[in-house]
Amino acid sequence: MNDMRPLERIVDTDTVKISARNVQVHYGETHAIKDVDVDLEANTVTAFIGPSGCGKSSFLRCLNRMNDTIDICRVQGDILLDGEDIYDKRVDPVQLRAKVGMVFQKPNPFPKSIYDNIAYGPRIHGLARNKSELDEIVEKSLRRGAIWDEVKDRLDAPGTGLSGGQQQRLCIARAVATEPEVLLMDEPCSALDPIATAQVEELIDELRQNFSVVIVTHSMQQAARVSQKTAFFHLGHLVEHGETGEIFTNPRDPRTESYITGRIG
Amino acid sequence: MTDASANTPATPRPGKHAGSLLEQNARTLRRNAAERRFRAYGLSAIVIGVTALVVLLASILSQGLPAFQQTFITLEVHLDEAKLDKNGNRDIEEIKKVSTFGYAPLIKTALSTRAGELGISSEDLGVSDKEIAAMISKEAAAELRRFVIANPDRIGETVEFEFLATGRIDGYYKGRVTMESAEKDSNISPGQLQFADALKEGGALSTHFNWGFFTMADGSENRPEAAGIGVAMLGSLYMMIIVLVLALPIGVAASIYLEEFAPKNWFTDLIEVNISNLAAVPSIVFGILGLAIFINYAGLPQSAPIVGGLVLTLMTLPTIIIATRASLKSVPPSIRDAALGVGASRMQSVFHHVLPLAMPGILTGTIIGLAQALGETAPLMLIGMVAFVREFPAAPPEGFFDPASALPVQVYNWTTRADPAFVERASGAIIVLLAFLLCMNFLAIILRRRFERRW
Repeated sequence: MNDMRPLERIVDTDTVKISARNVQVHYGETHAIKDVDVDLEANTVTAFIGPSGCGKSSFLRCLNRMNDTIDICRVQGDILLDGEDIYDKRVDPVQLRAKVGMVFQKPNPFPKSIYDNIAYGPRIHGLARNKSELDEIVEKSLRRGAIWDEVKDRLDAPGTGLSGGQQQRLCIARAVATEPEVLLMDEPCSALDPIATAQVEELIDELRQNFSVVIVTHSMQQAARVSQKTAFFHLGHLVEHGETGEIFTNPRDPRTESYITGRIG
Repeated sequence: MTDASANTPATPRPGKHAGSLLEQNARTLRRNAAERRFRAYGLSAIVIGVTALVVLLASILSQGLPAFQQTFITLEVHLDEAKLDKNGNRDIEEIKKVSTFGYAPLIKTALSTRAGELGISSEDLGVSDKEIAAMISKEAAAELRRFVIANPDRIGETVEFEFLATGRIDGYYKGRVTMESAEKDSNISPGQLQFADALKEGGALSTHFNWGFFTMADGSENRPEAAGIGVAMLGSLYMMIIVLVLALPIGVAASIYLEEFAPKNWFTDLIEVNISNLAAVPSIVFGILGLAIFINYAGLPQSAPIVGGLVLTLMTLPTIIIATRASLKSVPPSIRDAALGVGASRMQSVFHHVLPLAMPGILTGTIIGLAQALGETAPLMLIGMVAFVREFPAAPPEGFFDPASALPVQVYNWTTRADPAFVERASGAIIVLLAFLLCMNFLAIILRRRFERRW
C-alpha cells in the first residue's frame, strides 16, 4: 500500500460483469454523460478517475439506479448486469440494489446500533432465518469490513458514535452484509484521514475476492494502489479505459496524460 | 540591520491600515457604536415583550385566581316530610312534582334557625327575611332537590349541606363588593353583608377551594357563583380527541406522500401553495365552511363536539402538514441513500429510517397545532358552540354528537355577561386554558428531547 506498483497488478478474470453501451445521462437540460461504453469485469477493482463534475459519480449511480431518486435525471442507453438490462421496465430497482451495493462518499450509518446497521439489509431481504443466523451474518460482515475487533464488545452502541474511518468501514460492512455481487464506492475515502484510508484500501483489495468493485476517486495514487482497471472521465466522456498500469504509465489519450500529470483537473 | 534600528519601534508604514492598534480609528468607533445601538434595540424589544407578558399574566392571575375560591354557607336543613312528600309514600314521581320553589322555604328556615343559634338578630341589622333568603344562591334549592330525588329515604331527617353563597356575598369576601357599593346595589344591602360577617364569625360561612368551578356546568346570568367550566372542558377534550385522531394520520400521510413519493410537477406545486395558503386562512372562514358543509349539508347536530372537531381538524391540518414536511426535509438525504443503497424500498426507507428521525418535529408540530386548535374561538361560535349548555355530554362516541361548549368560547361567553362576578370566572377559565396550553407545550418539549437523535 505504500507505493505505486501498477505494473504488478494483473487482471484475474475476463468475465464481464457490467457492460454499458452508449449511455447518456441528462439532468434536466444538462447532458452529464455522453456516449459511455465500458465493460466492467468481475472480481476486479475498477477505478473511475477524472476532474470534478466530469460525470464519474453520475455514471456510478446509474449502475444501481440510484439516479432514479432524482426526478430530473434521465438515463438512456443500455447497462447490462450479467447480460440483463437493468433499465428494463420489468426490473425492480430494489432487487437490483440488493445485487449492486453502494458505499457513499460521506459515512452515513443509520442512527441505530452497530448491530442493527449491519442487520438491516439481511433483515429486509430475508437472508437470515433466525437470530443466530443473523448474528453470524453480522459478525462475518463486520470481519469483512475489518472492523469486527474494534466493535465486537459494543454492538449495541450507536453506529454514529464511531470515528469517521470506523463509520466508513461500518458502511462497507453494511453494504457487504446483503451479499451483493457488485460494490459501488463513491469516493469512500474522501472524508477519511490517511490511516483510515489505508485501512479502507486494504479492505477494498480483500473484497475483490468476492465482489466486483467500482470505485470513484479523486486521488490518482489511490486509483493506482487499489485498482486493476482504470477509467478516465472528462466532461462527460469516457476518455480512456484500460489496465491501471497502462493508464498511468502509458496513456493513449493526451487528455488522460494531462490529467495524470496535473495539467488539467 | 544595525542594533539601533532593531531597538526603535518600526515607524508606521503609510498604508491602508495606518495608525496604532492601541487606539480605535474612526471607522471602528462607528462600527462599534452601531453594534451597541443594535444590541440596545434588541434588548429593549425583549424588555417590552417580557413586560407585556408579565402585565398580562399578572392581570389575569389577579383577576382569575379568586375564581378558584368560593364562599359557602353551611346549614343543617330539615327535610320536612310535610312539604316534600305529603302522602308519605316516598313515590319518586310524586317527590319530583315538588319544584325548587317548594325547597326554598326549607333553606330559608334553616338559615334563620342557624342565625338564631348564633345569636344574630335580623331586626338589629335591618334585614328582612326575604333578604336573608337571598344571601344563598338560587342554585341551593336545585341542589337540595337533586339530593332529595337521589336519596328519597332521607326525607324527614336533618342533613348538613354546604350551599353556595350568592355572588355578591362571595364578591364581598373577594373585595369586589364593599359596604359603600352595597348601598347603591339593589341586589345586596349593607345589612346582608353584616349578617354574612356575623355568620362567618359563627363559623357558618367560609371561603375555600371551589371544586365546583371544574365540575359544574355553566350557570345562568344571575347565578355566577354556580357557573363552572365542566362542560366546556369536556367539550374541548372531545374536540381535541377528534382533532388528534383525524389530523395526525391524515396530516402525516399527506406530508409523507408529498415529500417522499409525489413527483415534482405543477400539480404538486399547486397543492403545496394551497397548503401554505390554508395555514394563513382566517379561522372564521373554516367556521363558515363547517356551518355550510357539516351542519347544513351533512346534517350533523349544532354545538356538537364532532362538528367543532372536524372544523378544527381542517384548521390544524395545514399546520401539521407544514411542520411534518419541514421535519422530513431536515432528515439528511444521506440516510435515504444509505437505506436505498442496501436495497430498501422507498417505503421501507421512509418508515424505518426517515420517519423515526422526523418524529420529534412531527410531534412538536402536531402538539402546536392542537394547542392552536384548543384556543380557537371564532369557528366554534359559527357552528353554534356558543350556546348555553347545562347538560354534560355523554361519554364518547355518543357524546361527540351531544351539545357541548368549549373553553375559549366559555371565556367569551362569560365576558359578555353583566354580573361582575363573571369577569372573575372568565379569567379563571383563561388560567385553566393557559395551563393546558403550557402543559401541551411542555409535552412537546419533552417528546422532542426524548426522540431527538443525532446523526
